[in-house]
Amino acid sequence: SSSSPPCKVDGFPRRSMRRARQRRSHSSSQFRYQSSQVELTPLPLLKDAPVAELHDLFCKKLQQCCVLFDFLDCVADLKGKEIKRAALNELVESVATSRGVLIEPLYPEAIKMISVNIFRTLPPSENPEFDPEEDEPALEASWPHLQLVYEFFLRFLESPDFQPSLAKRYVDQKFVLQLLELFDSEDPREREYLKTILHRVYGKLLGLRAYIRKQINNIFLRFIYETERFNGVAELLEILGSIINGFALPLKSEHKQFLVRVLIPLHTAKSLSIFHAQLAYCVVQFMEKDATVTEHIIRGLLRYWPKTCTQKEVMFLGEIEEILDVIEPSQFIRVQEPLFKQIAACISSPHFQVAERALYFWNNEYILSLIEENCQVILPLVFGTLYRVSKEHWNQTIISLIYNVLKTFMEMNSKLFDELTASYKVEKQKEVKKERERAELWRNLEDLQERRLQSLTEASRNQKNLQERENTTKSQSETSAANTT
Amino acid sequence: SCSCTVVSKQPLASKMAGADSDDSLYPIAVLIDELRNEDVQLRLNSIKKLSTIALALGVERTRTELLPFLTDTIYDEDEVLLALAEQLGNFTMLVGGPEYVHCLLPPLESLATVEETVVRDKAVESLRKISHEHSPVDLEVHFEPLVKRLASGDWFTSRTSACGLFSVCYPRVSSTVKAEIRQHFRTLCSDDTPMVRRAAASKLGEFAKVLELEYVKSDIISLFTALASDEQDSVRLLAVEAGVSIATLLPQEDLEALVMPTLRQAAEDKSWRVRYMVADKFSDLQKAVGPEITKNDLVPAFQNLLKDCEAEVRAAAANKVKEFCENLPEDSRETIIMTHILPCVKELVSDTNQHVKSALASVIMGLSTILGKDNTIEHLLPLFLAQLKDECPEVRLNIISNLDCVNEVIGIRQLSQSLLPAIVELAEDAKWRVRLAIIEYMPLLAGQLGVEFFDEKLNSLCMAWLVDHVYAIREAATCNLMKLVEKFGAEWAQNTIVPKVLGMANDPNYLHRMTTLFCINALSEVCGQEITTKHMLPVVFKMSNDQVANVRFNVAKSLQKIGPVLDSNCLQTEVKPVLEKLASDQDMDVKYFAQEAISVLSLA
Repeated sequence: SSSSPPCKVDGFPRRSMRRARQRRSHSSSQFRYQSSQVELTPLPLLKDAPVAELHDLFCKKLQQCCVLFDFLDCVADLKGKEIKRAALNELVESVATSRGVLIEPLYPEAIKMISVNIFRTLPPSENPEFDPEEDEPALEASWPHLQLVYEFFLRFLESPDFQPSLAKRYVDQKFVLQLLELFDSEDPREREYLKTILHRVYGKLLGLRAYIRKQINNIFLRFIYETERFNGVAELLEILGSIINGFALPLKSEHKQFLVRVLIPLHTAKSLSIFHAQLAYCVVQFMEKDATVTEHIIRGLLRYWPKTCTQKEVMFLGEIEEILDVIEPSQFIRVQEPLFKQIAACISSPHFQVAERALYFWNNEYILSLIEENCQVILPLVFGTLYRVSKEHWNQTIISLIYNVLKTFMEMNSKLFDELTASYKVEKQKEVKKERERAELWRNLEDLQERRLQSLTEASRNQKNLQERENTTKSQSETSAANTT
Repeated sequence: SCSCTVVSKQPLASKMAGADSDDSLYPIAVLIDELRNEDVQLRLNSIKKLSTIALALGVERTRTELLPFLTDTIYDEDEVLLALAEQLGNFTMLVGGPEYVHCLLPPLESLATVEETVVRDKAVESLRKISHEHSPVDLEVHFEPLVKRLASGDWFTSRTSACGLFSVCYPRVSSTVKAEIRQHFRTLCSDDTPMVRRAAASKLGEFAKVLELEYVKSDIISLFTALASDEQDSVRLLAVEAGVSIATLLPQEDLEALVMPTLRQAAEDKSWRVRYMVADKFSDLQKAVGPEITKNDLVPAFQNLLKDCEAEVRAAAANKVKEFCENLPEDSRETIIMTHILPCVKELVSDTNQHVKSALASVIMGLSTILGKDNTIEHLLPLFLAQLKDECPEVRLNIISNLDCVNEVIGIRQLSQSLLPAIVELAEDAKWRVRLAIIEYMPLLAGQLGVEFFDEKLNSLCMAWLVDHVYAIREAATCNLMKLVEKFGAEWAQNTIVPKVLGMANDPNYLHRMTTLFCINALSEVCGQEITTKHMLPVVFKMSNDQVANVRFNVAKSLQKIGPVLDSNCLQTEVKPVLEKLASDQDMDVKYFAQEAISVLSLA
């Protein structure tokens, strides 16, 4: 982005220029809430402390690290920042290397220090149309401290001295909820730490597992149906991938529900490309756990099949191939019909990458064997499309791929192939006839509607007239009655 | 459950046999086949014409056959479901009128539970619509039980939908049922999932409006307080709007005790989203709580929002500056503005964030009418001038676009010294959208600055835009000329702009030659017959021999356009021969437009 873009006629800024401007760091909203700034004084080093004073000093250092600094002003309080950085480094070092440091009274202090530093309302995105694929993320300004706090937290959780029974009093549901909210951070470095940390928490604090899964569900549902914005979807899915791996069999209905109502609808997101690999991994994990979910998965994907976004369509096809790679033949039979109708539709896509991706299925040995076993069903589903597209497609590569597929089919079942070739024209004519009948039906329906509406308005007019006449006769009789009295 | 129900494709042959009266020629099976055509697009088309199908079936069969089918087979693409949800909201007459409207509830109930938000919202919208067509009895027998079922559904979607239905049935049911409804609403406000709590929070204000005052105080306030301190900021921010609605319902003496503590807390929430919401709703809030609370509470709260650490919040508050000041109680308005608001406004003028400055610039001029001439000159003028020199074009544009407010108070001349450089710079901005925006203010500026100032300083800009390299700018510049002539008159046009415009007819660039034609199209009517015939027409004729076909067919179009301004003699003797010649041009397009002009001007 350093070379200046050629002068464009309309003077629009190029993307590269915009991006250069966005490479900024942002501060978290929390800073304002610390009104009085405490002056830090360096404490003695942990490694020099006599054993008897070690815990006390450790605790003091934790408290010292609760002081927050303004990192947007990069020259403010440099001394304080350095003292805190050194203290954090020492804490990390100590918890990582020496045994017996983590004693019970330090748990609340440690968790408090972590909470004060990491829990904050994430600032508004600099760029309201932030596109994680195109734009540079805004980086967290206080990362020099934040990173060490995360590092400390991680070492704390991974320490052989770590006792879940003590930690669970402080690492509770409220703590976890705040931790999950941080996954929305735009800074990928922060999300990477969070991912590892949440994974450890899930692994060590068994009592929180169900709660964590439920809250992740809520985050995803909100992402899918409300905001379409959440930066940490990929990271959360990565954790879930290994969680799914550990599910017991038979699958609980809660887990199946998660698959059908959360993971599958996640495919509808506009930003699918950012987390598709992780999502597809989760889906395949489910299938490998329990083959009976296959039909839900495939029918779900077919339901959400992209209609206008060819890039997503290619991703869907990729995922279908991953699924077919491990599908059980008995499950394949249950979905082959709708699936191959969709594949046929993809083959006839004018976008050659979509057609190409679908045709690549025939290069996959296992898929090819499934197709061969079910040739009687599949060939009639795709034949018409293959035949037509082989004559019509604009792209030469597609045409030659289709010839190969047709050749494969001919070798698989030449009798059926010849029959279908022979009846192609007749089928085509039947379709045209059916189409004409449909048009006729609707024309007639609309005529009928016209007539009905006319008669309805007429009827209501008649009724109105009738009523008016009744009213006039009534009032006439009333006047005549009045006259007689 | 996670079972996938799939539309079965069994032919309904038995039903086909029972085709009835001559009028409904169409057995339901044929129609239903249309509703489940394999092609989604065709299915969607059929659903969109559902009323046609219903009309063909008649009310009875619509009720007994079509609606059950629709209810049973609700598993389809969301787009189809959306269309269905919308259709059913207008179906009352097609099922036999209000007496039978409750037949529409089962399919809508299913639609109100689907996952996709747009479908669900549409189903709720339709349910709300048809709720009014229910008799009070039907409302209790059919509608309210549906709301209860939704409110206690397993999956969050149905509970979310229920939130939007309480307020439509509450006013028309018995007091026992009312109590049940309130209880259900209470439960949803403390639902386990944040999605439902958000839905409840967003409907809290609407629900409060239909409740009796005693229940507003006893029920709604505690729900409001709880939602406003929810653990998730997405819930808390929705409670803010509810708080505003609730405040309008309560008598003044209850406000301080019942809603103010919560609202104060929201204005200082740790999440910027909540504070943003408070800033965004500030004017409504101000109206709802009245002058006393405004003076004591809202003024300091507003100051804090204007000084917030997040630019988003400051921008939202800056947007409200004028409205807030306008609505201050008259007796203390000026003092409050001068001592409390203006100092914050001054700081915002040099804010680090351009959105904040531009939000302020869009309203700051409005303060001049509130503060009057002297204060404006002394205190506001320096701010206007500073913003006119702002580095961000949007800020300058916003100032210029609101010049009329200042003009009324102090006259625009006070600004003209700074105005001119600002306008010139915007006129040459690299972004064509900025240039476009400033062109649109030209007629207004011209009117306020007067013809002399204009001729001296701005006329050359207006002419320069005619040769801009972006078509949209040239087009806007053409239109601008027309508006200027409307302001300054035909004589002015003849002396200042017409010669320049016509001069461009000899430009070597054909785009500029075409601009001459576009200007003539725009100017002929405002300039009148004489100028058009004497000065413009000869140039147009001359251009009919242009070597570029685009210019020639634009000559034909121009002649068609200015024809009505000319007298019939001129049309017959001068225009007609030229058009006839163009009609035999070798270029297809030139021929086409020439023939079109001949026929429109009836010269054939």
